[in-house]
Amino acid sequence: MTMRHIMAKSLAPTDDVRDYLAAQEKKSLLRFLTCGSVDDGKSTLIGRLLSDTKQIFEDQLAALERDSRKHGTTGDDIDFALLVDGLEAEREQGITIDVAYRFFATPKRKFIVADTPGHEQYTRNMATGASTADLAIVLIDARQGVLRQTRRHSIIASLLGIRHVVLAVNKIDLVDFDQAVFDRIVEDYGQFSRDLGFQTIVPIPMSARYGDNVSRRSESMEWYSGPTLIEHLETVSVDEAMVELPFRFPVQYVNRPNLDFRGFAGTVASGSVAPGDEVVVAKSGKSSRVKRIVSYGGDLAQAAVGQAVTLVLDDEVEISRGNMLVSPAARPQVADQFAANIVWFDEHALLPGRSYILRTETDQTSATVTDLKYRINVNDFAHEAAKSLEMNEVGICNISTRTPIAFDPFAENRTTGAFILIDRISNATVGAGMILHSLRRAENIHWQSLDVGKRVRADMKNQRPAVFWFTGLSGSGKSTIANLFEKKLFATGRHTYILDGDNVRHGLNRDLGFTDADRVENIRRVAEVARLMADAGLVVIVSFISPFSAERRMARELMADGEFIEVFVDTPFEECARRDPKGLYARALNGEIKNFTGVDSPYEAPETPEIHLRTLGKSAEEMVDALEHWLNERDIAEDQYDSGGGI
Amino acid sequence: MTTALTHLQRLEAESIHIFREVAAAFAKPVMLYSVGKDSSVLMHLAMKAFYPAKPPFPFLHVDTTWKFREMIAFRDQMAQKLGFDLLVHVNEDGVRDNINPFDHGSNTHTHVMKTVALRQALDKYGFDAAFGGARRDEEKSRAKERIFSFRNAQHVWDPKNQRPEMWKIFNTRIASGESIRVFPLSNWTELDIWQYILQESIPIVPLYFAKERPVVERDGMLILRDDDRMKLRPGETVENRLVRFRTLGCYPLTGAIESDADTLEAIVGEMLTARTSERQGRLIDRDEAGSMEKKKREGYF
Repeated sequence: MTMRHIMAKSLAPTDDVRDYLAAQEKKSLLRFLTCGSVDDGKSTLIGRLLSDTKQIFEDQLAALERDSRKHGTTGDDIDFALLVDGLEAEREQGITIDVAYRFFATPKRKFIVADTPGHEQYTRNMATGASTADLAIVLIDARQGVLRQTRRHSIIASLLGIRHVVLAVNKIDLVDFDQAVFDRIVEDYGQFSRDLGFQTIVPIPMSARYGDNVSRRSESMEWYSGPTLIEHLETVSVDEAMVELPFRFPVQYVNRPNLDFRGFAGTVASGSVAPGDEVVVAKSGKSSRVKRIVSYGGDLAQAAVGQAVTLVLDDEVEISRGNMLVSPAARPQVADQFAANIVWFDEHALLPGRSYILRTETDQTSATVTDLKYRINVNDFAHEAAKSLEMNEVGICNISTRTPIAFDPFAENRTTGAFILIDRISNATVGAGMILHSLRRAENIHWQSLDVGKRVRADMKNQRPAVFWFTGLSGSGKSTIANLFEKKLFATGRHTYILDGDNVRHGLNRDLGFTDADRVENIRRVAEVARLMADAGLVVIVSFISPFSAERRMARELMADGEFIEVFVDTPFEECARRDPKGLYARALNGEIKNFTGVDSPYEAPETPEIHLRTLGKSAEEMVDALEHWLNERDIAEDQYDSGGGI
Repeated sequence: MTTALTHLQRLEAESIHIFREVAAAFAKPVMLYSVGKDSSVLMHLAMKAFYPAKPPFPFLHVDTTWKFREMIAFRDQMAQKLGFDLLVHVNEDGVRDNINPFDHGSNTHTHVMKTVALRQALDKYGFDAAFGGARRDEEKSRAKERIFSFRNAQHVWDPKNQRPEMWKIFNTRIASGESIRVFPLSNWTELDIWQYILQESIPIVPLYFAKERPVVERDGMLILRDDDRMKLRPGETVENRLVRFRTLGCYPLTGAIESDADTLEAIVGEMLTARTSERQGRLIDRDEAGSMEKKKREGYF
């Protein structure tokens, strides 16, 4: 056994090391990804790149040989894919699940490569790798040609702003290095990608497994005269000239260690800035000047795109995280309605009307898709009408946010034009968005400031507005209790209105069915109507199955604090099915009605309702007493609070 | 007049951005400080990110009680010099049961004194985000991990179901009890780390530099006998040899290499001719191919 702890003595004298490091420092960096369909050889290619550029250490090679014998798919040869498929599940199943980042360098350049999965179900991980890349290597198995996943990945790469593609026609050895096969694939891909906006597409025939045309020119393809892959990666120019763009500085963190210092920390998204420059706060339009650019090593004379700095301004202007400091000459758009491309990641489909959290680099607000304009068919780019966006689908949407955000179109600025969508309950990252343009409406609609307000209207009725939101299974007794409750309220002089599921569906919502997307829209409209009624000063009783907690939460957030009262009419499924006042359960259980809540569509029970009515064995009167009691308690509490301040 | 950023400037800016994001978005962050060279770089970047303020979070050292004595001395010296808030956590249950690498092996020792200890400390203080110095080039399951890596309330990493991570837009939302491990050095390589240490004159533990040290050859590794808790086996002798360390951990589990590199330049020069990866000196990674992933899923950094 060799002594593995003994290392070759360093032969490089200090000066050589200094020179070497100075040369390293001047190298530029290229970030790229490998993508394409399953088994096109992405991981094998990266293994080959690492091996050819001497990035694999002896101990790693030894481990690789061991693993190749255990899990490998290449007979007695080393299976390079095992070098990048770092998760146990990946090695066991022989597939790539998540993106792996690998690092290598040649004498000319440094590289960070994202090896992304080919399976459709892991498209979101491919998108993760693509979002930070400047170039995509699209692999194609020469025997298979352009496949569905080749197209999907190319479209996503294009949407995410990648402008440079290497078309790696791999496994060319398996088609006898045939030029005709290569030419046909290049022709096919050229046709398909015509409208994807790629600036360069460089096709290279290769065998990643044997290294042909990766770093070594193939002797088996004299007909090919273009560059090897490494030659191309070392020389391709991907500079986007972000420094030429107008200054954008999303404020990430306000640094206030003491009363004398107030700095705005962030990363310059585009352009550059110097002390003395005028800057404008994007959302308020207030302007100021840059006084200092603070950094640990001393103040800077300039800060340019990519630098993480701290700006100190001349004036005390109001700026918080999520706002943006920008060039006064070319300002970003500030709007609460805009159109965007969306790539959807989650197993739960995107539903128009559902509320999500929208996050830009530093800003956060809630957002809904107001209109799903169309879905893009990844095979032929056809625009297809759609009511929802399923996992891995791509579509164009109109989006409405609760508060305006500052942005540029993604095509102009990859940093200030991007956002993600987050599910409100699971906190999962469910989608990625690329902004196209603001919608005119956003600029034209201004809220009228009325002297006659909600408070005045409610006072006139001598009451506090409230929205009692009854949720529960069909047949649970919502309508019965709601009707009785309204009679009682009316009798005590309160001004009320009932919004009932069945009635609203005959009028306002008669265009909606019972799919998940329609159920969400149904609730959204009713919640908006309830809000207007509460604004008018009414006590509103909403009686809707409203099965999804996300929509109930959205409704809650529309109302003022304390005005939304969730009433869970809790009657067990068996009891509802037994009562079956409209004969619906019998039909649903027979399969005659689809998407019936509790049968083949879920009911998400409230976890912390304000009022929990367990109806079994109780009368409707007892339920209403409980409701009245709750309302009186609230009004008393509020009256005390209101009168406490002034007297 | 504007020139493009160099490779190291890009990495530095990315790391600073990540630090600030956590400070802005989390209620109670902490930085895991392991005293090694990556931690030294991390600490330097944290100082830069919040200058002129101090980093707005404490530093936590999970002490297995088997660290090199020089590491502990260096740790305390840095805390005093930079004035950061240092928390030290030891798994007292493990101390009571006298868990140690010699009697219990590297797996049990690491699990009890490091992984469990870390979970205890995070729960004790209720930290919702924890910075670590891991790099993607270190190990192949690390190569797969997000910069903002989600942990459930049991500190478990689910590698098959990671959140997508788009651009520099990080999803910092978690429910109560859940947390995020944050890795600002994800995209740095070992060479980048050394180059940066050289460029910025960042102090590191002297164990990285070659010196005559008392070592024992055991299981194909050179172990520095840092105190007399290490009993010699029959036939073993302590010899003074010119050695240094490429990584630092618990002294009985960390192999030294014979080297005369006693300057940063010489270390880099040696690294450029190295034919083994830095984790090779770590006993804990050797057991099987997926051992790091397994530890990570259990809550190891």
